[in-house]
Amino acid sequence: MAESKDIITMEGIHKSFPGVQALEDVDFTLKTGEIHALVGENGAGKSTLIKIMTGVERPNRGKIVLDGKEVFIRSPEHAQDLGISTVYQEVNLCPNLTVAENILIGREPMKWGGIDWKTMNARARQILQGLDIDLDVTQTLGLCSVAIQQMAAIARALEISSARILILDEPTSSLTTHETEQLFGVMRKLKSEGMGIIFITHFINQVYEVADRITVLRNGKLVGTYNTAALPRLELIAKMIGRSLTEFDEMIKIKLESSKLIKGESLLQARGLGRIGAIEPFDLDLHAGEVVGLAGLLGSGRTEIAGLLFGIDKPDTGSMSMDGKAVNDYSPIGSIGRGVALCPEDRKDAGIVGELTVRENIILAMQASLGWFKHLSYQEQYEIAEKYIQLLNIATPSADQPLKNLSGGNQQKVILARWLATNPRLLIMDEPTRGIDVGTKAEIQKLVLSLAEEGKSCVFISSELDEVLRTSHRIVVMRDRKKVAEFSGEVAENKVMHAIAGSLS
Amino acid sequence: MRQSRSSFDWRKITESKLFFPITALALILLFDLIIIPNFFRITFQQGHLYGNLIDILRNSTPVIALAIGMTLVIATGGVDLSVGAIMAIVSSVAALLMNPFVLGTQLQAIKNDPTYSYSPFWVVLLLPLIVATICGLWNGLLVTYGKIQPMVATLILMISGRGIAQLITNSQKIQIFYGPFVYIGNGWLLLPFSLYIVAFLCALAWLVTRRTSIGLFVESVGINARSSLFSGIDEKKVKLFAYMFCGFCAGIAGLIGTSNISTSDATSMGLNLELDAILAVVIGGTLLGGGGRFSLLASVIGALVMQAVTTSMYAIGVSANSILAVKGVVVILLILLYSQQVQDFIRKITGQTRMKETQS
Repeated sequence: MAESKDIITMEGIHKSFPGVQALEDVDFTLKTGEIHALVGENGAGKSTLIKIMTGVERPNRGKIVLDGKEVFIRSPEHAQDLGISTVYQEVNLCPNLTVAENILIGREPMKWGGIDWKTMNARARQILQGLDIDLDVTQTLGLCSVAIQQMAAIARALEISSARILILDEPTSSLTTHETEQLFGVMRKLKSEGMGIIFITHFINQVYEVADRITVLRNGKLVGTYNTAALPRLELIAKMIGRSLTEFDEMIKIKLESSKLIKGESLLQARGLGRIGAIEPFDLDLHAGEVVGLAGLLGSGRTEIAGLLFGIDKPDTGSMSMDGKAVNDYSPIGSIGRGVALCPEDRKDAGIVGELTVRENIILAMQASLGWFKHLSYQEQYEIAEKYIQLLNIATPSADQPLKNLSGGNQQKVILARWLATNPRLLIMDEPTRGIDVGTKAEIQKLVLSLAEEGKSCVFISSELDEVLRTSHRIVVMRDRKKVAEFSGEVAENKVMHAIAGSLS
Repeated sequence: MRQSRSSFDWRKITESKLFFPITALALILLFDLIIIPNFFRITFQQGHLYGNLIDILRNSTPVIALAIGMTLVIATGGVDLSVGAIMAIVSSVAALLMNPFVLGTQLQAIKNDPTYSYSPFWVVLLLPLIVATICGLWNGLLVTYGKIQPMVATLILMISGRGIAQLITNSQKIQIFYGPFVYIGNGWLLLPFSLYIVAFLCALAWLVTRRTSIGLFVESVGINARSSLFSGIDEKKVKLFAYMFCGFCAGIAGLIGTSNISTSDATSMGLNLELDAILAVVIGGTLLGGGGRFSLLASVIGALVMQAVTTSMYAIGVSANSILAVKGVVVILLILLYSQQVQDFIRKITGQTRMKETQS
């Protein structure tokens, strides 16, 4: 790659927010025709760096050089004009518009002073076909799967014709393996056309699959930029978290120890529980002191099981009992009363209350179960909040910080704290580690095991199989909205994989 | 970078919810100070205070009452357009309770005896408030169980409410002479009596929202209804409460307004006041349509801003009809003041001052 030259260079970037030094003296260079992975734990400053590059935030100090000329990026529109386009971590599209409208919004082809729908739909279809995706572009985006929504977001970023820099912020966190492969194909194609691609991800495998170079950030500081080929994986992880990963071995030990403590009688029993169109009738037994992993692909019915157990949805068939007593009240507040908690899959939509402070978010469910008039005094609220901030190691300047100012991993910890504060007996966690860095992932997995040791029953849902294998005493496999298999004890990874895929082992 | 404790922290002040409403009020009063002679003169007569400032306070009491209730509704992500109409209904009900004879066929002469009321005083106060709360309940049911958009749901009562008010009094204006009732809006106890009522209402609203968890739930539902559902908060109950409380506040405003003019007038009572109340809340920094964080005190100051504009315009001789146009201009200016760009600009300036202070 002798002819590849620098497109964008950022030098000595500083950025601070009230109470937080987000970036300190960070340098970053992107060349033409390369895929450059930007990695680091949550709160390392990846998102902030991207926001500065795209004009969302302005640096306190430092300069940005584009094509050898120093530029001052004023706004996201200005960044687009300069050829920098971005797909953000959380899908930021309009769910009420069609796929085509979302892709071409703001650049609709016009005819007779109105929108030329025919051309627009054809153009959108063509763009998607460039990504090897064939779908009806006139359907409403909100009805599509998250994966398709993500693809639409990427298509939208690509549509900007002059784009020379493409930033993908966690594009694969909700994609299936096949879709991820598709995306990588597109990325390699764009790279061969000379585009510079910044790829932010938490999946180390994917970094090694596509990236040419890696830049590591930690706590707002630059650790270094490396050629992928010259950096072994373990070394990369050590650079990201600043310590080695003996924790994983430790976890397996804890798991084996704690499996002796599982209670014989079941805490929760579901018999033929099902909901038409969501999940076929299933039986499930959960025991105190046990971690049950739900494995399966996206949309296989994992989230639907969680919804039924927590009472977000009411079942059409079957029954559920807890402590031997039949459950009649299928509602979140009823579940909280029974000691059931659900950490939902969609953190942004169903988890955080962004403008409320960390403290208020932590006490929210506890206060809801106490009712309107048994108000926790502010002193009690602070005590609870401080306790969990310490216990879960939540990085926040204070308990009074609005939750939206925290990084994704710390937001997730706050949601966990919200449920731990209700002192549940059954804790259901739906994708608690999605979009979270390696260090925090390990922390959360360890937390799950220690909760089981305390005698709580945990349901752990995750798309990452090794994570499910590592933490669960028992694994339930879902496929096509059906419970298809159950494994307990030590399970071989390929057995579970076969069950997920539906092929005979 | 540590913040120095001893220096005057401008940033904290500019980030407070009260900063912009107070700035707006100060700007209007500054205008008055320069343009209108003696605007700030307060005289002391027969043990009571009089003056332009007192007038602003007194005339703004109905809007303050409305703004308090409206704050909660807007914080849940809704809006209540019917509060003006509820004031008219309250006005009719209260007047009819004191003097039901106008409906009689023989049209008995209206009694102008200040000690006479057909119903006891507590009924005259309580029943209209109950009616107003039921009106709020109706709005709340339409919004929560009827799943109608708040603006449309409350539009129904906004339009029909005045009709109902006219039906109650058979389209007649009823003059009120009953002394205790007239005192509500016209009495003075050093300051106008109605001020004490809204101060009490404000304290009540503060206690109800901030000394229970209702305020937190209202904000939570307004910011993210789905997260609130997952946390076990009953969105419907919270919204029903907000609309009922808003109705109750409109009831208080209706009693004060009726007492002020000592007449029940279904056609003009509280006319367009819902807009003043909504603007007051917006000036107070609660997001219309977005919901979320609210500050009762900021809304009250917002109501004072609205009234200060009106009073100032009267004082420089703008006619009643053109005042609406002037209000429009003021609203545009205020919205500019609230825009992100201007706010960032102000924060930048104050932030820099602070940095200089810390350095020196």
